[in-house]
Amino acid sequence: MAKKLDENNIMLNPIIVLLETDLLIIGGGTAGCLAAIEAKELNSNINVTVVEKANIIRSGCLAAGMNAINAYLNPGETPESFTKYVRYDACGLLREDLVLSQASEFEYVVKKVESWGLPILKDANGNYQPRGRWNIKINGEKLKPIIARKTIKAGVKVINRAFATNYIIEKGSIKGVYAVSTNESKFYVIKAKKTIVATGGAAGIYKPNNTGNARHKIWYSPFNAGAGYAMGIRAGAEMTSFEHRFIALRTKDIISPTGTLALGFGATQINANNERFMQTKLSHVGGEGAPTPYRVFGPTRELKEGRGPCYMDTTHLSKEQAYELKKSFLDMYPDIVLYWAANGIEPDKEPIEIQGTEPYIMGGHNQAGYWVDVNRQTSLPGLFAAGDVSGGAPYKFVSGCFAEGVIAARQAVKEIMFEQQLTNLEDINKAEYSLEKELERVYQPLHRFHIKNQELTQGITYEEMEARLQKIMDEYAGGVSSFYEMSEPRLKVAEKKLQQLRSQIPFLMAKDYFELMNVHEVIDRIDVAEVLVQHLIYRQETRWPAYQSRTDYPERNDAKWLKFVNSIRDKNGEIKIIERPYEQIVPGDRYLP
Amino acid sequence: MAVIIDHLKCNGCRDALESRCEEVCPGNLMIRNEEHKAVIRSMSDCWDCMACVKACPMQAIKTKLPYELAAFGAELKPKTTNKQIVWTLKYPDGREEVFTIPVESI
Repeated sequence: MAKKLDENNIMLNPIIVLLETDLLIIGGGTAGCLAAIEAKELNSNINVTVVEKANIIRSGCLAAGMNAINAYLNPGETPESFTKYVRYDACGLLREDLVLSQASEFEYVVKKVESWGLPILKDANGNYQPRGRWNIKINGEKLKPIIARKTIKAGVKVINRAFATNYIIEKGSIKGVYAVSTNESKFYVIKAKKTIVATGGAAGIYKPNNTGNARHKIWYSPFNAGAGYAMGIRAGAEMTSFEHRFIALRTKDIISPTGTLALGFGATQINANNERFMQTKLSHVGGEGAPTPYRVFGPTRELKEGRGPCYMDTTHLSKEQAYELKKSFLDMYPDIVLYWAANGIEPDKEPIEIQGTEPYIMGGHNQAGYWVDVNRQTSLPGLFAAGDVSGGAPYKFVSGCFAEGVIAARQAVKEIMFEQQLTNLEDINKAEYSLEKELERVYQPLHRFHIKNQELTQGITYEEMEARLQKIMDEYAGGVSSFYEMSEPRLKVAEKKLQQLRSQIPFLMAKDYFELMNVHEVIDRIDVAEVLVQHLIYRQETRWPAYQSRTDYPERNDAKWLKFVNSIRDKNGEIKIIERPYEQIVPGDRYLP
Repeated sequence: MAVIIDHLKCNGCRDALESRCEEVCPGNLMIRNEEHKAVIRSMSDCWDCMACVKACPMQAIKTKLPYELAAFGAELKPKTTNKQIVWTLKYPDGREEVFTIPVESI
């Protein structure tokens, strides 16, 4: 018992680890690693530090691998033709300057990662093998380890097993971050001249399709908990387009990608009556090739109106093609191959059932995230954003995240040359929001468990609060159970219930560092959910069916709503909405690819 | 239920600072217990990415899909070498299918 108390004392009184760096990158995933390597290559004298919640070897979205790069300019395509297509896919509203700038880097970043050892499939003439207009085939099982090892080799300092909790702010500028070790009694104060946030988007806001032990059988990385959004929201950063949610069309239960079925193997969507509903009902918006939201909206409406289940029809495949299909999945999503074998499904004999996932908030497929300029500078001085956490530029996928990491790093490195002094610790303590306050906020859930009671009945676990948050969002803010539909009265209920949920944060408790990480993830998710609900209420049209379906405003309305919905949370916790104009750069009909 | 670890095969990666499965888990879920054997700290938090299954040098880890999703009796096992991953898929009726996929050796 005495030993236990000692351990608790250590746990509750962490060692403060002070670190200084020139460039700090929060999140060692796809965008973060590329930013770190680029910065080192531009100037090897700059100290570059990556802080990562897990271990960069497999952390982030690429853990399982990838079998294609889905944003690439195949022969004959240009940044302009890409932007035009992405504008069509994003239903006419996006930051064209950002999409153009990411597309201009595709060639550079893809060649770069190939030179580190990524196998890209080539035809007899040595050209990349296309798998669709913007896609090329790769053997990407080891994509993340390849990038991670290059990061280490480039001389980047990597702090694994530490999750970021809040920015260090001095006179309105971002000067680094606070982070907590996930496995020891350490609290990091990392001071930096410039910071790039690359933490990814947010999963776990809505109730998932599967429950129980399968609750993390979801499309997006369940470990992307929106920390970067939440830190920005708390620091008063301007955020954009949270209402442009992402819902993936997946195979049912096992949630594996349908792109491989459609693009790689020519499968089309059918309903229970064998009707190709995308062609018969949605040809006016592009049929099978309709913008991504319609490809989720189509089958969702079939299900809602009683014509489900819906499928991807794979029955045209030969035995050999079915074998190749399995091979293709083994490179990025092995589970489905096991699932088919366990359940007696042969894709050449029966169609593959599909469904939409729960909604996610992210800037990699859609455009939720920090409002940035063309250099990926956020509205907070000293802070850049890259990858899924950065807004306005949809259709990034892997290569767009590479590109944004590179773009942000170039500008940050340029500015570091002119940066004078690092903040010192006294200044941090004198600041309005002190280190002491952050320590208290961060470790409070451990205190609650270990000092106050040690009984689970005396507080709230992270799992309990997460389940409640997900239930609220599912039922009142357009989750799976309501076919993604929402209206102002229902969103107002969500708003009220979230306020009550927030008031219960002080009752959260954690028995160890792993639980502490999870507790902070759920707090971050509440910050994200509150901003999301305000964005959903504000946009009084339906621009992206399924992603953002308003039953009270069912039509798109360009006259009133061809603009961005942005927000800033002020010091009193009020979320203020700001409208920003859309600017068309690439000429042409905005609703044609 | 996410991954099952065969503690007869697991050697905790001996004296490595982090075991291979700890190193590759994107969710901080793998740790070594008091007997120095790998364990997953929360089954329901697993993403089923199979990073640990592929990384384990002892082939001590296998994926078990939750029963609510998949019937009992099938197995999928990778064997990783420098240049390729050989996947063996076992059907409940005992049939086997083998897939060889090239990877970059690093």
